Amino acid sequence: MKGGKPLLEIRNVKKSFGGIRAVDGVSFEVNPGRIKAIIGPNGAGKTTLFNLISGLYPLDSGEIRFKGRRISGLKPHRIASMGIVRTFQNVRLFPEMTVLENVMVGAHRLGKSGFLASIFKLPGTVREERRIREIAMEMLEFVGLADQADLPAGELPLGRQRLVELARALAARPELLLLDEPAAGLNIKETEELGELIVRIRERGVTIALIDHDMSLVMDISDEVVALNEGRKIAEGTPEEIRSNPLVIKAYLGEEGL
Amino acid sequence: MRDKQLLLAVIIGSALAPLATLPAESGGYYVRVMNVILLYCIITSGLSLLMGYAGQISLGHAAFFGLGAYGSGLLAVKLSLSPWLAMPIAVLGTALVAAAVGVPVLKLKGHYLAMATLGFGEIIYVFLKELNWLTGDPAGLIGIPPFKLFGRELISSISQYYLTWAFLSAVLLISVSLIRSRIGRALRAIHGDELAAGALGVDVSRLKLQVFVLSAVYGAVAGSLYAHFEGFIGYSTFGLMLSIKLVTMVVIGGMSSIWGALLGTAVLTALPQFLTVFKEFEMAVYGAILIGTMIFSPKGIAGALARRRGVERGKAAA
Repeated sequence: MKGGKPLLEIRNVKKSFGGIRAVDGVSFEVNPGRIKAIIGPNGAGKTTLFNLISGLYPLDSGEIRFKGRRISGLKPHRIASMGIVRTFQNVRLFPEMTVLENVMVGAHRLGKSGFLASIFKLPGTVREERRIREIAMEMLEFVGLADQADLPAGELPLGRQRLVELARALAARPELLLLDEPAAGLNIKETEELGELIVRIRERGVTIALIDHDMSLVMDISDEVVALNEGRKIAEGTPEEIRSNPLVIKAYLGEEGL
Repeated sequence: MRDKQLLLAVIIGSALAPLATLPAESGGYYVRVMNVILLYCIITSGLSLLMGYAGQISLGHAAFFGLGAYGSGLLAVKLSLSPWLAMPIAVLGTALVAAAVGVPVLKLKGHYLAMATLGFGEIIYVFLKELNWLTGDPAGLIGIPPFKLFGRELISSISQYYLTWAFLSAVLLISVSLIRSRIGRALRAIHGDELAAGALGVDVSRLKLQVFVLSAVYGAVAGSLYAHFEGFIGYSTFGLMLSIKLVTMVVIGGMSSIWGALLGTAVLTALPQFLTVFKEFEMAVYGAILIGTMIFSPKGIAGALARRRGVERGKAAA
């Protein structure tokens, strides 16, 4: 499995919005079983890159491959059903649905019964529904929210909403999990717990790519780091290498120096 | 659990309802009113799936009702088909129209979707009105044969009521199965956050189209029943006013559940019968009720009832 073949390949990807080059020729790979962090100051193109991987925007040029298959150009739900699942920078739950229902939607891709099968309650749909519920409960236990299963998701505090979103993504049984600033808005303790949780997710065999803005979480748990600035890759390496990289320091200090 | 119990309650309750009117002189009249309620309930339960669950509005559903009615009526009148055969053909035809319209229109959201469906409704309305050579002279399409069952024509109010009841029961069984399924959950997820649903593997555009077509099918079934009950249909029934009425019923009842839609339909259909004073101002009263509901109980009558129950439960706990 770890024959050196990357899980995700990003090749010379470009994306502009009205003349602004949000992502300008970025290339890197994510290897199976690793935690890869993507860092950079505001406007570096991190979230745009995630949106390109998950198919929310079309690419201008370049190519994205998952397990050797080209995924750029596919619709988001097709990409998700191949095993790439993401969370969002501003948590995007289904606020009117319960915590459990939210996570069950995560397991949507594991089910097969379609519209007509559901209408006529064909045999199999009930069993499938039970399985989806079990998977969802298992994931809620994993993130420690099993006792909140029946609460409306929109009523939880932000820290818990992030955990629900994580459980929802895990319920999809992803091979590659994209986490967009998972620690944003969390306090120090919550951030530490989240870091431990992410490491445990990796131990389950899930490959992780995560965006982090302030580097605090990243440096402790990541195997590799890619640094972006103004849409370009400026460095790639281990957390230690990135920490001492003059270009990275300049990008961050330059931002703060303004 | 609750959905199943309510389903049973509605099916049994509506089966028994005519008994309450039997001793009265005007029993037939009340049964006719109740038949209209059930007929509308078939349409509004579909609208509830589309609006309340999937979060997509339609201001053109009178068109599907009209297509079902004219399709079934024309097949029976011009081709002398049995109503039992005319109905499925008309329903299938309406489903195809809905699919063809739905593909481009459902790419739109919110107000734009409302405008587009309204436009579609008006187009169908104009066709029904202007294709006189086909749809009958301005007076309408006349001589539509009634349904026959065991060699007897279903002409009496009570026989028509129970036919509508049978169809509504089937529609509700289907709808509740859908609501409680993986697909129903995905529809609500689309309502909550379309983008997030897509990112989890939910095929958003496909599901939107499927629920749109299903709601059109419900409308067409109701239309076909209506045509063969009345024996006569005129284009003016199927205009924007009806579309707005249907939406109003769903909204006033409460969009968060199909039961709210049924309640809203019953209230708004029965109300004008009892408040005949408002006859001329019926639409004004509708509008006032809609505004009042939106201000005082945005989740409709069902929402207000649920809230009250919640308060009482809270009191009991205290």
